[in-house]
Amino acid sequence: MTPSPMDPRPSSKKDRIDALASTAGTGTAVADVHVSAAGKVKDTGGVSLIASAWARLRRDPVFLLGAVITILFVVLALLSPWIAPNDPTKRMPELLKDLTPGNIPGAAPGFPLGSDEFGRDLLSRLIGGARQTLIVGVFATLFGLAGGITLGTLAGAFGGWIDSLVMRIVDVMLSIPSLLLAVSIAALAPEPSQWTVIIAIATVQVPIFARLLRGSMLAQRASDHVLAARALGVTQGAIVFRHMLPNSLGPVIVQSTLVLATSILDAAALSFLGLGNPDDRQPEWGAMLGTATRYIQDYPHLAFYPAACIIVVALGFTLMGESLREALDPKSRR
Amino acid sequence: MTTTTPRDTNPMDATPTDTSNVADRDKARRWQQGGSEPLLKVRDLRVTFQRQGQEPFEAVQGVSFDVHPGQTVGLVGESGCGKSVTSLAIMGLLPARGNKVTGTVDYEGTNLLDLSDQQMRDKRGKDIAMVFQDPLSSLNPVIPIGLQVTEVLERHRGMSRKAATPVARDLLDRVGIPDPDRRLKDYPHQLSGGMRQRALIAIALACQPRLLIADEPTTALDVTIQAQILALLKELVEDTGTALVMITHDLGVVAGLCDEVNVLYGGRIVERGERHDLFAQPRHPYTHGLLASIPRLDAPRGQRLNPIPGSVSDNLPWTSACAFAPRCSQPIEVCTQKMPELVEQHQRALRCFNPVEANR
Repeated sequence: MTPSPMDPRPSSKKDRIDALASTAGTGTAVADVHVSAAGKVKDTGGVSLIASAWARLRRDPVFLLGAVITILFVVLALLSPWIAPNDPTKRMPELLKDLTPGNIPGAAPGFPLGSDEFGRDLLSRLIGGARQTLIVGVFATLFGLAGGITLGTLAGAFGGWIDSLVMRIVDVMLSIPSLLLAVSIAALAPEPSQWTVIIAIATVQVPIFARLLRGSMLAQRASDHVLAARALGVTQGAIVFRHMLPNSLGPVIVQSTLVLATSILDAAALSFLGLGNPDDRQPEWGAMLGTATRYIQDYPHLAFYPAACIIVVALGFTLMGESLREALDPKSRR
Repeated sequence: MTTTTPRDTNPMDATPTDTSNVADRDKARRWQQGGSEPLLKVRDLRVTFQRQGQEPFEAVQGVSFDVHPGQTVGLVGESGCGKSVTSLAIMGLLPARGNKVTGTVDYEGTNLLDLSDQQMRDKRGKDIAMVFQDPLSSLNPVIPIGLQVTEVLERHRGMSRKAATPVARDLLDRVGIPDPDRRLKDYPHQLSGGMRQRALIAIALACQPRLLIADEPTTALDVTIQAQILALLKELVEDTGTALVMITHDLGVVAGLCDEVNVLYGGRIVERGERHDLFAQPRHPYTHGLLASIPRLDAPRGQRLNPIPGSVSDNLPWTSACAFAPRCSQPIEVCTQKMPELVEQHQRALRCFNPVEANR
């Protein structure tokens, strides 16, 4: 799945989510019974889904590529203050002396990628931007996850008119192109900041998670072990939170790795459109790309580097999420 | 198919769990003569499924039977005859919408069908428990076995998890799970099929219910494990005095376990009797056909099996005929003109105009 924020086909988005939801029940396992030479049946106790998925992922080059990119990105983001050669917020005197309205200095000793438009070290800003991007991506996904799990649990656990109401709201949200919705929410904020970006993007992710979870909750509600729990007089709350929810979360967790990629792209898009954090001292890839467009005729590299970072990181998360989804899908197991 | 098959030996007598014929008959007579008040009285139970824009479908059409304390009652029939729906209706586990349940399910003087959801939830697992068909899918895959046992104890006995753990351990031990201390922490997928069914039985019996409903508890297991589980059920039922309703399509299970057998066809009971009587002298052509269709070890080589022709869907509506008439080996004219009533006689009940001749 290529994360295209401006998806012109909302119905296909719903289909994809529903298809993913049908892979629920990831907790089940395959009993792996070996018959030894003597004909005695030895029960090895089964291979859990996680173990078999991991065995497949370990040999999957797509997953490994995605994982390497993701791990590099996370390490870079966490350690950026120590890795970056210079302070990304400071205008460097060495670069400033060559900075004129018509000239942005290129590579110089100690500054391998040269200066940005204000005389700050481009390389350090790119490294520092990783941290901002990670913060936005992770928090937007977490908030979206929280909202989606709440709505999805509500709809899946109660059913009936609550389900209908929640799902109609979700349908309305899904029918608006996600970036348009995010832009509208971000534009509503009285004072734009990093958190308005996070909330705007989280809101866009809520219906995706809600629909996904509701689908797999419904599958769980009809399952034998929930019927068995009901036959034991287990209370409604325990059935929902102990028996249905933990068994329904698999596809949602997988989806969240994909959503992380879309969040990063959406955050970059919002910053690009000038709806991001107005404080331009903290580096952010989308904002860097946005300002760089002004100089794209003469200094295309200013736009190229942040754009490349965004693409590679989003690709890393997407590759990882896709192969994770395939590995955890009981239907594609061999 | 001939109308009468020579039946000098009962094919079911070979089951290892068979007990003394005479003692069973005495027990049955005691129950029938009112030696004890029935624990469960099901009267005219009807379940109708209704879907918008479709004809309502009556899956259970007036089933009545008694279960006495400590008695094992079998409900036998092929797929689609309404036996599982009967059990779910008794437990109040049918979906809230799309069906109508009428009649009475009298459990110790209270009609379970009148109870609220909350009252029914308090009864389930505590007074009436159920064991399901597929032991793997009936256990929660993400919770260790031990917690699934203690959950019921916490719910109905108000025990803390700490207090319930040794009880759970003893229960697993009681149902024959080796090394119960380790198994408490195991997940369902780490147990074999037989162990899972044992664990389910332990969960069902955790609160010492007075009535246990087992819905085809051995169908998903292989034959040796089936025998073990049946022996375990029989032993537990005898030890604890729990009444057991055994729902099955397997006549071997019925023969080994049940005191009284109800044969269902098309949502109605067609024949009822004490198991030795019923197996020795099936009067209804359906029961007769079921018994005749079982492959026999002493049959001559190359003899073909003796199936009942047609399938469950070849039914006539009970309201105007005998539903079994199209598949019957000996239909007479009246069979397609009106419904036969269930006639009780000599501790047997029979719904047939032209029963199979008693051959002894």
